[in-house]
Amino acid sequence: MVEQAPAWAAVVLLAVLLALSLTGAWADAVLVSGRRQLAAPFQEGARLLVQQRRATPGSDGLLSRVGGASLLVVASLMVAVVPWGGWTLLDSGVGVVWFNAMELVLWGALWCAGWGANGAFALVAGHRWTAQVLSSQLPLMFSLICPALAAGSLRVADIEAAQDGLWFVAIMPVAFATMLGGVLAFAVWGPFSSPVGRDLQGGVLSESSGVDRLVVGVGRYALLAAGAAVAVPLFLGGGSGPVLPPLVWSVLKTVAVLVALVATRRRFALLRPERFAELAFVVVIPLVLLQVLVVAVHVLGRS
Amino acid sequence: MRDVLFFLLAPLAVLSGFLVFRVSSMARATFSLAVSFVCIGAVMLLLGLDYLGVMTVLMMVMEMAVMAVFMIMYMMNPAGLMPMSMYHNKAGAMTLAVGSFVVLASGALLVDWPERTGSPPGDVTLQLGEGIMGSKMLVMLTISPVLFTTIVAALVLAAARGRYDRLGDDLDQPADDPVPGGVGR
Repeated sequence: MVEQAPAWAAVVLLAVLLALSLTGAWADAVLVSGRRQLAAPFQEGARLLVQQRRATPGSDGLLSRVGGASLLVVASLMVAVVPWGGWTLLDSGVGVVWFNAMELVLWGALWCAGWGANGAFALVAGHRWTAQVLSSQLPLMFSLICPALAAGSLRVADIEAAQDGLWFVAIMPVAFATMLGGVLAFAVWGPFSSPVGRDLQGGVLSESSGVDRLVVGVGRYALLAAGAAVAVPLFLGGGSGPVLPPLVWSVLKTVAVLVALVATRRRFALLRPERFAELAFVVVIPLVLLQVLVVAVHVLGRS
Repeated sequence: MRDVLFFLLAPLAVLSGFLVFRVSSMARATFSLAVSFVCIGAVMLLLGLDYLGVMTVLMMVMEMAVMAVFMIMYMMNPAGLMPMSMYHNKAGAMTLAVGSFVVLASGALLVDWPERTGSPPGDVTLQLGEGIMGSKMLVMLTISPVLFTTIVAALVLAAARGRYDRLGDDLDQPADDPVPGGVGR
């Protein structure tokens, strides 16, 4: 079973999250952008650090900066409930609900970032974000029910332990795919990136510059990493695997999921929020509900 | 440690709740209310009510995000960027809010609470689930269809274009939508 990690492990966990974010940025540089340079993320970071920070007149700096910085905070709080090789920072009995609540904080955060900028494009993008997140995150919530139902617990460590022998992805592939879609959506990545889209001059980020933009950029990679880190114990058996110790397996699987998530950028068409709304409510939510039914029948048949 | 956290979170909850009356921007008012609710959720976590605490944060932040959009949608200036207060009858609202806070807080402090006799159950979340889903299942089964019907009815009343507008009186015309949906119906 997992043990509660000491408080100083929070620093280690934050470092791990930042390292995973950097891995995501490298994967993006290599797989997507075609800039096959490992220095590319550092160059971009240095450019943003020395860039003059600009602001529109009458902008709400407090809201937009708090909103932008929330991404990294939320990602850190998400990985806190993940078990890493027998240790977890926050051994919460309601870890799955905790992950869901943290993800919901982003609803407000990115809207604030768009609203606070006091620019037309950013404001429109903020509303676009709220519309899109409503369609993308309701399926995510239903997909989180599946592993909790199968394991009979909301504790992430219990769910990881319940997959002894059979990973949950085998009995709930739809839930797994929906969760990964939800992760892409809350990181505003790939097919779900229209709130930061080019048609709105960068959308929520259109007025964001300098270190503010760097914080949001790191936060998006951190969210992808955190989503991958949570998906591993929920669906991919967590630390289970042959030969190597559980911690190594957890990290390896997280990196694999993270790279797969990052690689969706420019490989899938952009989903327009107004079209995606119908797709989500007419196709995806019924599919996930069917998946919940399948899992429930499976649980009943087992007992 | 728990005491320190409580004495940080509780005043912050009250202060950010009060700030709703003081700030001049709708977005700030909305999200200071959200901060207040997040603090209350954290205090519930301190009480050991894990599920209810996390649920409070979850519901309230989602609610505030949706509320912010609707409030700004119905405002006089469309972008909502001009300073504007979000309440009417400031004096009355303030008197009611502060008055009820004082009454409730003094009640909580002055009442001679009895000594605890039982002990909390091992798994509070499980207990809560059994409380709601066990003996109260009939209530839940009654409330959910009523709520769902209300939502559907409100949507039908509010929708500008129903299926008869889209598909004609006999529902046999090709759909004529200003914005095509994603499924191609």
